[in-house]
Amino acid sequence: MTDVPDRDVLLEMQRRMIRIRRFDERASKMVKRGQIPGTVHTSIGQEAQVVGATMALGTQDYMTGNHRSHGHPIGKGAPLGPLMAELVGKGTGVCKGKGGSLHLADFAVGSLGESGIVGSSIPIATGAGLSAKVLGNGRVALAFFGDGAANQGCLYEAMNIAGVWKLPVIFLCENNQYALSTPAHTVTSGVIADRAAGFGMPGVRVENGQDVLAVYDAVSTAVARARADEGPTLVEVVTYRFNEHSEGLRLGVDYRNADEKAEWVAKDPIELFKAELVRRGVATEQELDQLAADVLAEVDEAVRFTDESPYPDPSVAFEDLYTDQPQQPALAGAHQ
Amino acid sequence: MTVMSYLGAIGAAQREAMQADERVIIIGEDVEANVYGTTGGSGKSRAQQGDFLQMFGKNRIRNTPISEEVIVGAAAGAAMTGLRPIVDLSYSSFLYMAMDQFVNQVAKNRYMFGGQASMPVVFRSAMFYGLNTGAHHSDRPYPMFMNVPGLKIVAPSSPSDAKGLLRAAVDSDDPVLIFEACILWGTKEDVDENEYRTPLGVGRTLRTGTDATIVAVSGAVPEAVAAADALAQEGISVEVFDPRTLVPLDVDGILQAAAKTGRLVVADPAHRTCSASSEISALAAEHIFDQLKGPIRRVTTPDTQIPFSPALEKQLYPNRSTIADAVRASLGERRHGTDGANGRTIADDSIDVKEVPAS
Repeated sequence: MTDVPDRDVLLEMQRRMIRIRRFDERASKMVKRGQIPGTVHTSIGQEAQVVGATMALGTQDYMTGNHRSHGHPIGKGAPLGPLMAELVGKGTGVCKGKGGSLHLADFAVGSLGESGIVGSSIPIATGAGLSAKVLGNGRVALAFFGDGAANQGCLYEAMNIAGVWKLPVIFLCENNQYALSTPAHTVTSGVIADRAAGFGMPGVRVENGQDVLAVYDAVSTAVARARADEGPTLVEVVTYRFNEHSEGLRLGVDYRNADEKAEWVAKDPIELFKAELVRRGVATEQELDQLAADVLAEVDEAVRFTDESPYPDPSVAFEDLYTDQPQQPALAGAHQ
Repeated sequence: MTVMSYLGAIGAAQREAMQADERVIIIGEDVEANVYGTTGGSGKSRAQQGDFLQMFGKNRIRNTPISEEVIVGAAAGAAMTGLRPIVDLSYSSFLYMAMDQFVNQVAKNRYMFGGQASMPVVFRSAMFYGLNTGAHHSDRPYPMFMNVPGLKIVAPSSPSDAKGLLRAAVDSDDPVLIFEACILWGTKEDVDENEYRTPLGVGRTLRTGTDATIVAVSGAVPEAVAAADALAQEGISVEVFDPRTLVPLDVDGILQAAAKTGRLVVADPAHRTCSASSEISALAAEHIFDQLKGPIRRVTTPDTQIPFSPALEKQLYPNRSTIADAVRASLGERRHGTDGANGRTIADDSIDVKEVPAS
């Protein structure tokens, strides 16, 4: 067990979990109202798993993620305004409106990008670990991926090379038990965490992924190991998403039964941690309610920032492809 | 100046780049053992100068497992976080193993994240066509990657270009794929042993001429030059232009070279459909149609897979004979055109240019 974090860290965990919850609740509403185009996947229900992992990292550490993408940068400490503006497609978005919900990235907090292709960002995090190792800058890299991505081949190429090169990488499997509609146990042979053994690295399974401290503890151990140049760790966190795979998705089949859902919704990570903080005497219920109210105001402010932001100029579509030249819109379209 | 082979020039550029900048590392299969001859001393002289492993150490010479997807993705992630990797993917056909990383990560991350990422990484690979290695090793896949915005595509055809373009590629903050033609590996010429860069996006005129223009790509370039020299014996003056990089493409250079003579032949060892020659031809048709005196002609590899047997493979690629034939055919158009006033008529089969094997 790592040491129990001090009061500020504990309260920051709760703050970031609530930030994710309120941000995603608002995003969900905005999807329903037609204010957010495209597709949105919320992290509601998985906040402990996200924050336990991201709080175990430093701001300088690297992280990549996946399509369930808002929680990771929020957990890493990214400001909410540019994230919300990105979801709407505004020019002030963290990616200038070119990424959207599926592709949030905030390099200022080490968020190297969320990938819409399942598993595809795992090699990127591995490479961030390689640069940390070659440059000797003491940073570590964490790759978030789901139980679905646990069956992508690139994970095992990455675990092998990280193992053989002893890279400072944490492979963090967010096992929310369903790849869209497909139950993990029907497509996954054995236990994901056990697969680490084949690569000579520790494999840790956090059974109660709704407990932010349990996740924090496991990931902190992995981070310490990585910083000590002892190599990578695979951490599997068992959790559950409370919402549908994506907002607005209506499937004809009820692939998750009501009892199971109710059982997990009762294990709300934010409520559980609130009770724990009160029990430990870290904060009073009233103080924690105030913290939640403050976060709600932050989300309101992010939405106000988004509303007041302009859409990007159409010319922005031709920027950022290369560093040293405009892509050739003139050649592409000017000679009809 | 020093005489260098194409392969030796690549090795020299890699050594220079490694010495110039500690952020440059080399990642790839068999790079420790210098199997392909570009991670040794000058050329393959390991014993004299020591190899890269001795010079730069294991931290910067990264011998990899056979795992193209993570090699490419990890190089991209390393490039996004402060390194400038050169990746040796050996055979160009192996790039397909990492197609997701190339297309979804390497090419898109800068754009998708609104310019937050820069991606200074070079991916080298060799096209083993014409060497009887069969369908799995003979691909010339650069056109596929030309269709992926965000990548820069380089196809050097000479030792001096191989060296200068590689240095420019390492300097680039964008991902660069370099496609090296193995049939050129042994080509030798005088190369500046000092550091120099050949800018990406600037083509080179190898022959100046007035009757027809050949725009040639990669391994077709020396063949185009040989064709031009043979045609000169017949009194046909041919301009030969090598774009050298396919993205960015020297559009102005290509169009000026083609417009100068009004007859364009494009020689490209890739498969015909959606090849570099397709793009070059389309650009000419779009921009200088009025200055063309006849149809654009393409000399490419036909849309078939590459067979193993020398009896089958050799005929497939553009060579000096087929390129020269295409030039003659384009001039033959003059007999029916309005500018045939000088009276020269050239039958397609009137001159026998002996096919000479590529060096």
